Amino acid sequence: MNVNQQTPMASPYGQPQPGYGQPSYAPLGGGYPAPYAPYNGPASAYQPGAPPQGPARGPPTSGPPPVSAPQPYSQYSQGDMQNGPPTMTQAPPRPAVSQPYNPGGVNLSGPHPSYPQQYGAPPTMQQVTNQMTGMQITSGPPTPAGPGYVPPHSSQPPINAPYSAAPPPSYTQAPPPAPSAPTQPPPPSEPAPPQQYYGGPPPSQQPFASSAPPTSQQPFTSSAPPPPAQQTFPPSSFSGPVPPPSQAPAPPMSQPQQSFPPTQPHFSSAPPPVSQPAYTSGPPPPAQGSFPPRAPPPSSQPGPFPPSGPPPTSAPAGQYPGPMPPQPQPQPPPPSAQPSPYHSGPPPPRAQMPPTSMAQTNHLPPGPQGPPGPPGPLQQPPPQPGMQGGYPPQQNGAFGQVRGPQPGYAGPYPGQSNYGAPAPAPAPAPPAQKRLDPDAIPSPQASDLPAVQKSRHRIDPDAIPSPIQVIEDDKAKSTEPFTTGVRGQAPPLVTTNFQVKDQGNASPRFIRCTAYNMPCTSDMAKQSQVPLAAVIKPLATLPPDETPPYLVDHGEGGPIRCNRCKAYMCPYMQFIEGGRRFQCGFCSCVTEVPPHYFQHLDHTGKRVDCYDRPELSLGSYEFLATVDYCKNNKLPQPPAFIFLIDVSYNAVKSGMVSIVCQELKTLLDYLPRENPDVDSVVRVGFVTYNKVLHFYNVKSSLAQPQMLVVSDVSDMFVPLLDGFLVNVNESRMVIESLLDQIPEMFADTRETETVFGPVIQAGLEALKAADCAGKLFIFHTSLPIAEAPGKLKNREDKKLIGTDKEKSLFQPQVGFYGSLAKECVAQGCCVDLFLFPNQYVDVATLGVVPVSTGGSIYKYTYFQAQTDRERFLNDLRRNVQKKVGFDAVMRVRTSTGIRATDFFGSFYMSNTTDVELAGLDCDKTITVEFRHDDKLSEETGALMQCAVLYTSCSGQRRLRIHNMAVNCCSQLADLYRNCETDTIINFFSKYAFRSVLTSPTKTVRDSLVNQCAQILACYRKNCASPSSAGQLILPECMKLLPVYLNCVLKSDVLLPGADVSLDDRAYLRQLISCMDVTESHVFFYPRLLPLMKLEGDALPVAVRDSEERLSKGGVYLLETGLHLFLWVGANAQQELLINVFGTPSFSQIDPNMTSLPVLDNPFSQRLREIIDSFRAQRSRYMKLMVVKQEDKAELIFRHFLVEDKSASGGASYVDFLCHMHKEIRQLLS
Amino acid sequence: MTTYQEFIQQNEDRDGVRFSWNLWPSSRLEATRLVVPVSCLFTPLKERPDLPPVQYEPVLCSRANCKAVLNPLCQVDFRAKIWACNFCFQRNPFPPSYAGISDVNQPAELMPQFSTIEYIVQRGPPAPLIFLYVVDTCLEEEDLQALRESLQMSLSLLPPNALVGLITFGRMVQVHELSCEGIAKSYVFRGTKELSSKQIQEMLGLMKPTASGQQGRPLAPQDAVAASCRFLQPVHRVDMNLTDLLGELQRDPWPVPQGKRPLRSTGVALSVAVGLLEGTFPNTGARVMLFTGGPPTQGPGMVVGDELKTPIRSWHDIQKDNARYLKKATKHYEALANRSAVNGHSIDIYACALDQTGLLEMKCLANLTGGHIVMGDSFNTSLFKQTFQRVFTKDYNGDFRMAFGGTLEIKTSRELKVCGAIGPCVSLNSKSPCVSENEMGIGGTSQWKVCSLNPSTTLAMYFEVVNQHNAPIPQGGRGAIQFVTQYQHSNTQKRIRVTTIARNWADAQSQIQHIEGSFDQEVAAVLMARLGVFRAESEEGPDVLRWLDRQLIRLFMFHLRRSPFLQVFNNSPDESSYYRHHFVRQDLTQSLIMIQPILYSYSFYGPPEPVLLDSSSILPDRILLMDTFFQLVIYHGETIAQWRKAGYQEMAEYENFKQLLQAPLDDAQEILQTRFPMPRYIDTEHGGSQARFLLSKVNPSQTHNNLYAWGQETGAPILTDDVSLQVFMDHLKKLAVSSSA
Repeated sequence: MNVNQQTPMASPYGQPQPGYGQPSYAPLGGGYPAPYAPYNGPASAYQPGAPPQGPARGPPTSGPPPVSAPQPYSQYSQGDMQNGPPTMTQAPPRPAVSQPYNPGGVNLSGPHPSYPQQYGAPPTMQQVTNQMTGMQITSGPPTPAGPGYVPPHSSQPPINAPYSAAPPPSYTQAPPPAPSAPTQPPPPSEPAPPQQYYGGPPPSQQPFASSAPPTSQQPFTSSAPPPPAQQTFPPSSFSGPVPPPSQAPAPPMSQPQQSFPPTQPHFSSAPPPVSQPAYTSGPPPPAQGSFPPRAPPPSSQPGPFPPSGPPPTSAPAGQYPGPMPPQPQPQPPPPSAQPSPYHSGPPPPRAQMPPTSMAQTNHLPPGPQGPPGPPGPLQQPPPQPGMQGGYPPQQNGAFGQVRGPQPGYAGPYPGQSNYGAPAPAPAPAPPAQKRLDPDAIPSPQASDLPAVQKSRHRIDPDAIPSPIQVIEDDKAKSTEPFTTGVRGQAPPLVTTNFQVKDQGNASPRFIRCTAYNMPCTSDMAKQSQVPLAAVIKPLATLPPDETPPYLVDHGEGGPIRCNRCKAYMCPYMQFIEGGRRFQCGFCSCVTEVPPHYFQHLDHTGKRVDCYDRPELSLGSYEFLATVDYCKNNKLPQPPAFIFLIDVSYNAVKSGMVSIVCQELKTLLDYLPRENPDVDSVVRVGFVTYNKVLHFYNVKSSLAQPQMLVVSDVSDMFVPLLDGFLVNVNESRMVIESLLDQIPEMFADTRETETVFGPVIQAGLEALKAADCAGKLFIFHTSLPIAEAPGKLKNREDKKLIGTDKEKSLFQPQVGFYGSLAKECVAQGCCVDLFLFPNQYVDVATLGVVPVSTGGSIYKYTYFQAQTDRERFLNDLRRNVQKKVGFDAVMRVRTSTGIRATDFFGSFYMSNTTDVELAGLDCDKTITVEFRHDDKLSEETGALMQCAVLYTSCSGQRRLRIHNMAVNCCSQLADLYRNCETDTIINFFSKYAFRSVLTSPTKTVRDSLVNQCAQILACYRKNCASPSSAGQLILPECMKLLPVYLNCVLKSDVLLPGADVSLDDRAYLRQLISCMDVTESHVFFYPRLLPLMKLEGDALPVAVRDSEERLSKGGVYLLETGLHLFLWVGANAQQELLINVFGTPSFSQIDPNMTSLPVLDNPFSQRLREIIDSFRAQRSRYMKLMVVKQEDKAELIFRHFLVEDKSASGGASYVDFLCHMHKEIRQLLS
Repeated sequence: MTTYQEFIQQNEDRDGVRFSWNLWPSSRLEATRLVVPVSCLFTPLKERPDLPPVQYEPVLCSRANCKAVLNPLCQVDFRAKIWACNFCFQRNPFPPSYAGISDVNQPAELMPQFSTIEYIVQRGPPAPLIFLYVVDTCLEEEDLQALRESLQMSLSLLPPNALVGLITFGRMVQVHELSCEGIAKSYVFRGTKELSSKQIQEMLGLMKPTASGQQGRPLAPQDAVAASCRFLQPVHRVDMNLTDLLGELQRDPWPVPQGKRPLRSTGVALSVAVGLLEGTFPNTGARVMLFTGGPPTQGPGMVVGDELKTPIRSWHDIQKDNARYLKKATKHYEALANRSAVNGHSIDIYACALDQTGLLEMKCLANLTGGHIVMGDSFNTSLFKQTFQRVFTKDYNGDFRMAFGGTLEIKTSRELKVCGAIGPCVSLNSKSPCVSENEMGIGGTSQWKVCSLNPSTTLAMYFEVVNQHNAPIPQGGRGAIQFVTQYQHSNTQKRIRVTTIARNWADAQSQIQHIEGSFDQEVAAVLMARLGVFRAESEEGPDVLRWLDRQLIRLFMFHLRRSPFLQVFNNSPDESSYYRHHFVRQDLTQSLIMIQPILYSYSFYGPPEPVLLDSSSILPDRILLMDTFFQLVIYHGETIAQWRKAGYQEMAEYENFKQLLQAPLDDAQEILQTRFPMPRYIDTEHGGSQARFLLSKVNPSQTHNNLYAWGQETGAPILTDDVSLQVFMDHLKKLAVSSSA
């Protein structure tokens, strides 16, 4: 069950999967424990090493061991290559299963074809994969030589390294290949795929490549090709026309899938259609072309494999062989994995494609199949072609045209079709289990059967698109750095680790778009209902291996800009007249080049210094702003941080006050700075308050700090200037003395009332007085009921929930904070609010200022020093230290035809174009929606330039520029092929969460569902091949839309449970508004990791968020970006418990622990490493909660199993999918 | 029979009272013809080392609207144990405690030598003295340093149980909490916002929040004391704290842009001070001591804007109605002064700056509450330092020479009514049968509040004879007046001092000579001068002069006419306010000095001698010592100055010259020691720039206009257009004989 997603992963392991899968099934039926147990075994075995495996594999390689061998493989290469193999392995069993599904589906025949194709494909695929793998492998082996195979296997463990290494080179090489690619017209598409594939496989394949298709291209082919592939692909993709044909085939494929869904939707996600066409056209040629070349190797491989192959029959054989190869080449698997990714990569499009057939299948297949596909084709000419074709197209698609690949996919799927629907489900399941319990390989077939049966009764959760599968597929295919030079190219998913190379467009870390191929006309856009939006994180932190934006200084005149639209100099400016003028890419206006900026053009019309100037060659860079860009035409003062601490009774009693004071003493040494060698120029000030405010004079010349009490809260002012904002180093003694004394001074306070509005006013006035921008850190506990401006009353009324008046609860209670926010923004006063409520505090109102000023809200309900200290302190530390800009204004300029019309995030807007942010930190994201106001052209695409003017933490005024170009299309299919579901969900959630301010939540939910249904219906109607209405066809790249959308609909904001407070909802609502895609993704679809085995550096493959996926014998880690749970199954093994908790007894685990005991064993170490790394990835610290199965706390945990029915009435994934299907059908009819 | 001179002196010594007429004309008509009203200077707390206070309550007349105190003038029936009130003739029985009374066993208050008697009464718990420092921080560092030291020094002068508080102000107003350890804590108020007393008390946490949190109500007394303790602490407990606090007192940290005055929130600071005391210690003796180094420049009570290019108002501006803040500021301070007076708190102003500080607007604070005003150039001068120190001088008992929360009540016999008082007091609006409808000074009441008193505080009281001409007073009848002063002694005791005096009635027609003989010209001059000053405060200068000119007071009037009390020429509004402030509260001697400065001449020709305040007294071989009360000038004549310059005084053979030089210095020192406020001490010589202080005071008998004296060795010519005494007298004589009006 769980496995689907894993399957993919597993699939890579492919071989193992089969084994696992079976076991898993068994477990399903019987008990997880068993599988796990085995798991451990294997796991350990694995880790230990390749060595052990080697031997194990050895056997597999030999072939006879096929089954056993696969398992080991799976384990090894798991996600990677093996997908192919697994499918293969699974394939055999699947067929049966698939068939059942098919029946379930629409037509047997249909299914057969499609599924067969797919599944068949799988087989074929498998074969293909085999081939592919084989190729890769073979390639790998080849180089090594026949004998090499074995060695490689043994080497596998090492493989990882090699792989990784390999891929890069391949990429580099890739470019060159590109040209070559073109040379291979027929194969183009194919080549591309191959390339991609190669990319994955590169290491091993390289040789192959060279030998094979790549031949022409660079042998490297693989690795190399991919990149080129992409580049070349576009063209090839364009060849796209071909795809259509492929699509045709695809449809069938999809249909079969649909057939599955019979009862429910099928996801022959869009991919099928697309892919199909692609396939047809693409497949054949590519397959042939690309494959052919490879084929040879495969063939050769097959040869070797044959041995193994024989047993499984052709397909299986193929697969096995595939696996085998990997096995033989232990490393290969990884490479294979990569290859697979590549495959998938090329496939990416394919990946989407796969979904086309069956999301699940795709998932499963994608990884595995992808690779297998190619091989398959080879082995099985007919299917293979399709498959291959499909793949290539996919690759193409990835590059430019998805169609090609899609068809290919379709093909493959179709081929495997049989497997397709049915198989996929089962297959996945097994793999998952496999993974979970590698050892538990019991009887694959047996396991399959149960799965099938299940599917018959109801929709098999494994048969519907699996987020895990998609994520893993994407990971697998993204081994090369993502270069931004190509317009309209969708980046890897947010869940994938990848490197970015800026070649003219902004990195996806800065900007992600919902669609990378925008409709040319507004009619199209309206028809599709796909939102056109960009999620922009202007100051995003880049990983250490990527260069931060360069700082460009254009001298006294300031940055060079278009005369008309004021766009800043960027790569889209076209220099003409020998370089004397330039034409704006946005508005086409021609502007003189200032003499000091003049440069000659080369023969291509490029400036000679193009590559010396970041603003002419990069997507992101910064300009140094001149005094003209400063407030009042005066260079800004360094910013200031003001800490405002609530010292009322609750704050003191909870320990918050002493914790903050204690922490600030050290934290002040880490104020943000640009040059780590220089002290921060940020000045600090301190205020405490309850009903009145206490300012502190901490001037360095004082022996003791002085407290200044301001009781006149109705008319706030700053009682002092000199000595309030000070340099930390100069006043260190006084500050420390102050921080020591604050907790003592208020230790006996009996004041329970607080004010809030005046607190912000105080900070604001202080900044005004100091004439600088800055940030307020407010530590607040309670509803401000004391007599003062901004006084609030408790209005939490559960009775309003669900009524039309519910929206009022999200609106601020008083208008005071709105106007205050405006003042804050004008001064560049950013407010960060740390809440420590014990009861209702009206977050909706208190949050107005933070949200409007680019600040953050942190909420620690029922704060207890002991348990929440760490979380709070980490949040505080991060918040204080993080890079931040002040007094920022952001403007998004676009090329004629579209314009930014709507903005979401934490900011203030006083007009319709300028986003004003008092503060902008590296975590803040602004989502911008675009609408057409004219036609776009396919030739020029759509350009956008996001310019952020801000004051850096050192007080320098700068402009950060992000440029982004996307393609434009006149075919809806192109649009659907280049969407990013995660980003769409990010947009939808923000849109919906804002809508609750003005509409009843039910209306909001309905309109969300409606819009998604329209999107999908439009696709079905316009892009998918005709098929039975009973079939649910999803676009490949949107196949997860339903599951994610369901998560949004079920979120606390839109569908609160009885125990969810109004504050929590308001808090989440505001939190989401400035989340980037990475965070929103994990927030809506939490990451659930099985921890039964932790090996090497790789994370275990996640499982789907459903209770069904949890094994009583296991331990799981669930991460949402805000919470971190460690779920312990009631039957968890003693060994596991000892490793994690240091106790063998389940009952002795302390459910209140917030950190794991530090135990000296590799498992514990690794687990803690994982937890630490998770925390490091998120902008907020996640407190660890240990949840014991059947414990009370499990209720909370279950809330995050988003594929299940929720306690508050949210639909399960399966149910929701049915609902969506129904909606779509209604729209279609 | 003693002479009137002796009689007057005796009365003054015993009762602190000097009347303009010591025989009273028996009817209204006659009294009016005398021009100078029946009036007196009364020094309520005249030091009487020989007067031991009695430790019991006074016996009061039982008539509700009389309540006069038993006194030596009452007729007593020892047998019946009954006494008759000499004001209302009510017959009152003695209280039980007087059961043993008899001819030979009389209580003190019945003995004639106890016409002034002081009672110590036990009412409520002893209230501590309160000193609330209100300190301007917009000072130059040097000034601030000097002020810090003075304030720190003053702590050692306070009785240990006295409560002290500190408010500082600049752009903001800070009320410092004194009880805290470690962190110095203060409450801050915005300097621009008018706050009600209730708001201030709420903001200082002096109100107990009610459950609803809507409206505070005053704390119960003990709570209030506890709460106020944060701001007002016994000196002995916070001595160290406060010393440190004062030591760390910083200049106002807000930047003062070029061309601007610092923003000084004097108005709010005082408002907070008054509000604080009002909320915590109503009706308890307290001194608010304002130390300011410049004019209020913002908020309520602002006197001048912060633009330096706009100078502070001058008399010229005021006459042209160009002083835009004057009325508003005055109103603000008057309101504060009245609130403060009601609660018995007095406000001192120590203003040290070269320019004006807004005394004109703020004077009422001190005038109405009995506070001091001290004006100097800088806090870093001995004038300020010593004056401030002198505030805390002690008497022979070791008690402060100050009393608080005084109430002065006057009772008169039927033929007299009281018209009003002029002095550092406010009306308590107490109507009684002895209140005249004819107001002179602060009238319409028989009771005045004198928030702060010292032994020299002197009020002028004006009376009216209401007896009709056709209702003659029985022969031998005497009119009586009783002064009842209740106050809080500086040792925290509550005391009542009762002075009862009587004068004979005289028929103006038959006894005009007697009446004439009983005239006390000195006191009359002062009394008329006070009336003049009082009118000058409210009327245009020239009118007052004309009014005065019409009154016939001999020599004094000439000088008074030229004095800064009436003349505003060459004086800033602040200076005028300052001079007038002192004039209306000093005792007779000092007042006379103010009116007609004293000039002593030192020479080899004999002992020092008083000489005429005339330019003819300025001779080359003389050293002159002039005391104008506010200034003490030593003037070396031309020759003396040359000798001094030549250094003869250093030579042994000229020891006598050295002694001559020393003599005036010693005398001046003596004056400096006792005078409050310390006069400006000027040592100058012929031709010195400071000689102007002398030249401006002397009678210009020789000017560039009357050349007959030119070149003679008779004095120094004064370059002035003012008329000389000679001319004035001539003119006066002419008027006196020629006009009957």
